[in-house]
Amino acid sequence: MVPLSYYLLLSGFLFACGVIGFLIKRNIITIFMSIELMLNGVNLSFVAFAAQWHALSGQVFVFFVMVVAAAEAAVGLAIIISVYRTRETLNVDQVNLLKL
Amino acid sequence: MSFHLLLFLAFGAVCAGGAINLLAQRHPINSALSLIAVMAALSGEYLLLGAEFVAAVQVIVYAGAIMVLFVFVIMLLNAGEEEETKGSRVAILFGVPGILIGGVLMAWVVLRHSGTIAVGIGALPGPPTDIAQLLFHDFLLPFEVTSVLILIAIMGAVVLASKPELPAGKVD
Repeated sequence: MVPLSYYLLLSGFLFACGVIGFLIKRNIITIFMSIELMLNGVNLSFVAFAAQWHALSGQVFVFFVMVVAAAEAAVGLAIIISVYRTRETLNVDQVNLLKL
Repeated sequence: MSFHLLLFLAFGAVCAGGAINLLAQRHPINSALSLIAVMAALSGEYLLLGAEFVAAVQVIVYAGAIMVLFVFVIMLLNAGEEEETKGSRVAILFGVPGILIGGVLMAWVVLRHSGTIAVGIGALPGPPTDIAQLLFHDFLLPFEVTSVLILIAIMGAVVLASKPELPAGKVD
């Protein structure tokens, strides 16, 4: 038997790691992976609350979050490819112009 | 200590370790592999919470499809080690203590103000049939809208990743 608060703590920890990665990483792909980590942390709390309140809609929401994450990953990685093609770098500090 | 709690702690340790490793590694491919470990361990947590469907989808879609996409892009772009910059040092200097304080506050609030209602194996709803019932009855419209979203995302990805057309008359 695991209390709900343990799941919430783990979820919060994963989200915090995602935020830290988003702030301190300079590689655009790693920043994108940090966003995925944040989404995973949120998903865990969705499922934990769904189990807590015996409401299955939480799991359906996780499904939708996953769909949005998949779409986001496809578009985001395409953007990363096109950024790399025009700027020859993946460092976000050097990507500071909207237009070349 | 119950077996359930032991399993939770084991999977949680893998999750936390993978998340920290993601931050510590300098090469993106190592970060990607530790993110895959995090996702696989998370699917174990979902199983503990009685969400078999979500656990399966987590492994198939997240650890499978999305992360393969990431690894492909890392290899395609031949991403190397990231270099440290002034901005990232400032972010570490201020961000890590801030996050630590916030995390301690959050843990305190969650542990202090939550009932310790426990979740047991088998006592939970969540067979895939019930989820299908919800998904295709109550959430039918959002479900169909996500299919449109996926279609738009596919087209956007193709347009963005395709090679830009050369202006007329210009020879590459």
